[in-house]
Amino acid sequence: MSLFTVSSSPHIRTQETTSRIMLDVVIALVPAGIMSIWLYGVRSLWIILIGIVSAVITEFALQKFMKKPVTISDFSAVVTGMLLAYNLPPSAPWWLPAIGSAIAIALVKQLYGGLGHNFMNPALAARAVLLACWPVRMTAWVQPGADAVSTATPLALIKAGGAYSGATVGGASSVVNQLPSLWDVFIGNMGGTIGEVSSAALLLGAAYLLIRGVINWRIPVSYIAVVFVLTLLLRGAGLYEAFYEIFLGGLILGAFFMATDYSSSPVTPLGQIIMGIGCGIITVVIRVYGGYPEGVSYSILLMNVATPLIEKFTAPKVFGEVRNNA
Amino acid sequence: MANKLLSFAGGIHPPHSKSLTEKKEVEICKVPEAVKIPLQQHIGAPCEALVKPGDYVRLGQKIGQPKGFVSAPVHSSVSGKVKSIEETVLPNGSKSLAVVITNDGQDTLDNSLTPGSLENLSAQELKNIVLEAGIVGMGGAAFPTHVKLSPPADKKIDVVILNGAECEPYLTSDHRLMLEKPDEIIYGLQVIMKILGVDRGYIGIEDNKTDAIETLIKAAKKADNVQVVKLRTKYPQGAEKQLIYAITGRQVPSGGLPMDVGAVVNNVGTAAAIARAVMYGEPLYKRIVTVSGSAVREPKNLMIRIGTSFRDVIEYCGGWTEEPAKVISGGPMMGIAQHTLDVPVTKGTSGILLFTEKEAALPEPSNCIRCARCVSVCPINLMPLHISAQSLKGNFDEAENLHALDCVECGSCSFICPASRPLLQSIRVAKKEIIAERKRKAQAKK
Repeated sequence: MSLFTVSSSPHIRTQETTSRIMLDVVIALVPAGIMSIWLYGVRSLWIILIGIVSAVITEFALQKFMKKPVTISDFSAVVTGMLLAYNLPPSAPWWLPAIGSAIAIALVKQLYGGLGHNFMNPALAARAVLLACWPVRMTAWVQPGADAVSTATPLALIKAGGAYSGATVGGASSVVNQLPSLWDVFIGNMGGTIGEVSSAALLLGAAYLLIRGVINWRIPVSYIAVVFVLTLLLRGAGLYEAFYEIFLGGLILGAFFMATDYSSSPVTPLGQIIMGIGCGIITVVIRVYGGYPEGVSYSILLMNVATPLIEKFTAPKVFGEVRNNA
Repeated sequence: MANKLLSFAGGIHPPHSKSLTEKKEVEICKVPEAVKIPLQQHIGAPCEALVKPGDYVRLGQKIGQPKGFVSAPVHSSVSGKVKSIEETVLPNGSKSLAVVITNDGQDTLDNSLTPGSLENLSAQELKNIVLEAGIVGMGGAAFPTHVKLSPPADKKIDVVILNGAECEPYLTSDHRLMLEKPDEIIYGLQVIMKILGVDRGYIGIEDNKTDAIETLIKAAKKADNVQVVKLRTKYPQGAEKQLIYAITGRQVPSGGLPMDVGAVVNNVGTAAAIARAVMYGEPLYKRIVTVSGSAVREPKNLMIRIGTSFRDVIEYCGGWTEEPAKVISGGPMMGIAQHTLDVPVTKGTSGILLFTEKEAALPEPSNCIRCARCVSVCPINLMPLHISAQSLKGNFDEAENLHALDCVECGSCSFICPASRPLLQSIRVAKKEIIAERKRKAQAKK
């Protein structure tokens, strides 16, 4: 008779795997990608594919070079490549996603130990590098449509206008006239990055992730709620404008797909809410007072860095820790 | 009664896998040619043998005398001749001396314990019966029951809870007992309540066993101080601290015992054993065991004499359909993997599971992705990922700071981990190291 396997309990395990979770994120990102192709044409598809291929090749090459087990089959590099591409303007040249994904995987993920060890969101950190190196390329927005007419994002328009009602520079009324309608903004019919523009498609994917239990509500809901409230208070705008701004820029993409990155966000329930609140505050402060029209990327990156600290101070109270019973 | 679903925070929903045996009535297992009865079947001090090779013993005769307060006597499960006293491996992996008895097939009864009744016996007399009958916790831990029933004077006990949750997948022995012997369970609960002078008794049952809930509610009609409560089906609903919290809302303090919050918890099987000891003068020499798993030919619920080897039990179930790659004593979440079939069924054996090679395959762990699933399922609110990481690095002080010792080893974290990380496994290592370090420090102080 052969020997029995002797191992420490438990003897059964869930069917859930890391690769299934990552695949779920890929699936959830697909609708936004399709919208982008519909809005900006097949260019978007190429940029997304180059982003993915570059991320996977970089991971494969580095792991081979470092003689580590190759883990490209866990789909995590695919997610990073996709997210990086989603953060680029549709006008980006082919080498931008290639370099961006390579930076994300090599510099931010693998150098720190690979999956689960990166302390920043790889795609966002790489985007920050690209923005510093090629600021013009990274902000060359185009109108949806085949002829690629250059445009400004609604957030840039609001920034240039000073405020909705104020008549500071260049006449605010014209700014308001240039802004797309709420419906266009929700669907994604405006200037922006490949993956961020269509809040409708992103929310569809987000719903899928929530139902599948891949993410929970804490970070995205607290993030978006804080952006809504602070926009109302700091922008001096009305309820409509505050609601409108939720669908501008990268907020939906950031709140549901980037701030929720497991590696770089807190594991504690309270910590996750603090993460969301922190992201919300920084985003609005940058949008209203900062030099950039949009603050989602930097807010998430800053909160990523604060994650270990947040986690340390938000450890859940251990069952039975307080002796106030009976 | 029993409308609201009671529960706790955290926990998991593993596949029940109970359909293999939940409809099968308890069957009496063939009594083997020889039994091997360990002198240590409980937590605490081992017993001293009262017999020597060549002695004739009767069924139910005391053959092991406890050597301390935290201990329990053991009794012969057959009548026949003592063949030898030899060392045996126990289902928990440790070793103990055991009395090997050749069965003469007569089941000649020993009657040193006399039948009595709840009404006529005093609390002290009842407690003495519990001790003399060798009753221990039958849910698996096998803690001597008379110790639980002797709380220090400063601990006021006001509630007794019977655990009928049976949250471990596969196991149906408690379920069948509740269906087939509800009166014994109620009677046993009342004995416990009388011993402790408590007038509130609860029986907690998970809501995936509605038939057992109905049966016990019916049986409890005559006892107006006993209430059957429906619990949410969730693992580890039957963990002592979680059960107390679900039913009373009281949290057993970290490092404390149920009696610190005025509660005593016993398994339904223990209550039935107490009832039989009082009513029939029958010591604990047999128990119900679920034999299941996809490798066993005929999964069954069996009434098995203590000391019957796993090999004999499996043979009685028709052997296996495919050679098992893993044999577990207990349930799949907290049970212990066996390296041999030559281990005896003891008072704490609730199940014997045979897993196929596919089920027994050990998964290859990958990087922790910090998904926080382990944090959200931990019924004690620990952060298993961090304790495990510190343990694997050998930083046991850090693991202690992260409350490693509060871990109840339910295994929910390891179950849920998508990266198949050895979470509980490494936390166990940390716990052992922390306790060893404390002992070293205490020694150094002396």
